[in-house]
Amino acid sequence: MTNNNSFRNPTLSAEIGMVILAVFIICAIFAPFIAPFGEAESVGKTWLGPSSKFWLGTDNIGRDMLSRVIYGARMTLGVAAICTCLSFLIGVTMGLLAAVAGKIVDQVLSRFVDLMLSIPILVFALMILSMFGSSLLTLIITIGVLDSFRVFRLARSIAVNVVVTEFVEVARLRGEGLWWIMRHEVLPNSLPPMIAELGLRFCFNFLFVASLSFLGLGIQPPFADWGGMVRESGRAISFGIPAPLWPALAIGLTTISVNMIVDWILSINARPSGASAEM
Amino acid sequence: MLRLILTRIFLGCLTLFAVTILIFAATEILPGDVASAILGQGATPETLAAFRIELGLNRPAYVRYFEWLSNALQGDLGTALTNKREVLATITPRLINTLFLAGYAAVIAVPIAIFLGIVAAINEGKWIDRAANIVSLGAISVPEFFIAYILIFVFATNLGWFPSLSTVYSDMGFWQKIHVVALPSITLTMLVTAHMLRMTRASVLAIMSQPYIEMAFLKGLPRNQVILHHALPNAAAPIISVIALNLAYLIVGVVVIEVVFVYPGVGQYMVDGVSKRDLPVIQACALVFGGAFVLLNTVADILIIMVNPLLRNSR
Repeated sequence: MTNNNSFRNPTLSAEIGMVILAVFIICAIFAPFIAPFGEAESVGKTWLGPSSKFWLGTDNIGRDMLSRVIYGARMTLGVAAICTCLSFLIGVTMGLLAAVAGKIVDQVLSRFVDLMLSIPILVFALMILSMFGSSLLTLIITIGVLDSFRVFRLARSIAVNVVVTEFVEVARLRGEGLWWIMRHEVLPNSLPPMIAELGLRFCFNFLFVASLSFLGLGIQPPFADWGGMVRESGRAISFGIPAPLWPALAIGLTTISVNMIVDWILSINARPSGASAEM
Repeated sequence: MLRLILTRIFLGCLTLFAVTILIFAATEILPGDVASAILGQGATPETLAAFRIELGLNRPAYVRYFEWLSNALQGDLGTALTNKREVLATITPRLINTLFLAGYAAVIAVPIAIFLGIVAAINEGKWIDRAANIVSLGAISVPEFFIAYILIFVFATNLGWFPSLSTVYSDMGFWQKIHVVALPSITLTMLVTAHMLRMTRASVLAIMSQPYIEMAFLKGLPRNQVILHHALPNAAAPIISVIALNLAYLIVGVVVIEVVFVYPGVGQYMVDGVSKRDLPVIQACALVFGGAFVLLNTVADILIIMVNPLLRNSR
């Protein structure tokens, strides 16, 4: 994202979003320096309420909630970010290929993606994770690949409009190869409308990782992650302990702030047609 | 029109068939051995081999697939590996529970969302539109379990109006059930309403920018009349697909919500099955969810064909 004149000053809500997101990212990077206690350290009695020593109280085995929320930013944001990168890498490559490489490749890829999207994505992920086990690598690949189908659809619909332009025609007549055309002509002209989509896919993947961890199939203990923390402390809420609300709030704040930033980017770049934020 | 509908039904069946292949492939053909996945790391080669024969894994995949499919079509979903119970006998009452929860939420959500969506579209840019926008964006952005836990915290723990666990029994009365399932249903309602409201608003607004609407305004018709007589009949098709899409979303939404409220539905059954690596259970649940997803999409497409005046009059 370059800073040129077409970028208007951020709106107030976008600024708030950036501040919140920046705080979480700083927490993620510098967790050991910020967190008052360790990630997996039992430091007090179980289920202590908020106090001056433990700002958000302690959890089911006496770990400091605040420290775990801070450490949790690492895993939760990190995994979602890697998944989104992977999904864009696959989705955009395949989408451009479908647009450039001709009708047969396009039909095969598009029908395949239609088929893969005919099963709810959460159900699909549950099936695969149950068979492969939820190691971090499996988790990232599963989410990245499943999400890439959505990216594929958008990338293809944008690239199809780029492929029919004169400069692509010229490049073809010049005898450039498919890969060269994809890389040098179609990709740069397809990317700007996809920046906002990057934010939305991140939100989706982020919520998805959190949901899977909440179901016990995402990021595994002892790593702290927000979805898993809600799972561990969930039942406590029946006894009036607000412990699961803190990590859940962190998840909500992150997605809302990314959405606010995306709204601002969208107001700069008009959204391309065919790009709907489906859940 | 009949031909279009029949084509769509045929395509739906084809998709369903493809879904069964996909489920089977994802669970049994993908690299990674089912037997060792179920038995875990500690299994000896002999137990693995014995277990493979018990599962029938020594036979080729396509044979097993057709056997599985024909059994499933006859209502035999196999027996659960963990407790040796018939999957069908377990899944049927749970499916009824899930449909009860989803239906409960849909009955509340659909009218509210369509009404508010149209109201927001009519009052585009005014305070009611802005309020609907902010509230629905908030509800979409936070995870399902966040809304669920806040509702539990407020209405179950502090106010004591509803139970925090939605345990239902088969001999429960209807109103008692409605009371016990209130919190999960409200959670689902909020999520689905938010999605549906935004999509309804967008599709009504898309129609409002059409030339024939401008023409109606230029004729001097009042805004209400333009919306009721010119915009809404044409918005029916997109609104139907919005409803179908969100009912499909409801199906997936129930998984997490059922786990939060320990509600005995298919979603919880699937998550249980996944954590115990109970293959027949996972396949059966995936089949139920995938089937419902395809069914809803097909029904929506057929309804859209039926409400479209252009298609209705042809042939």
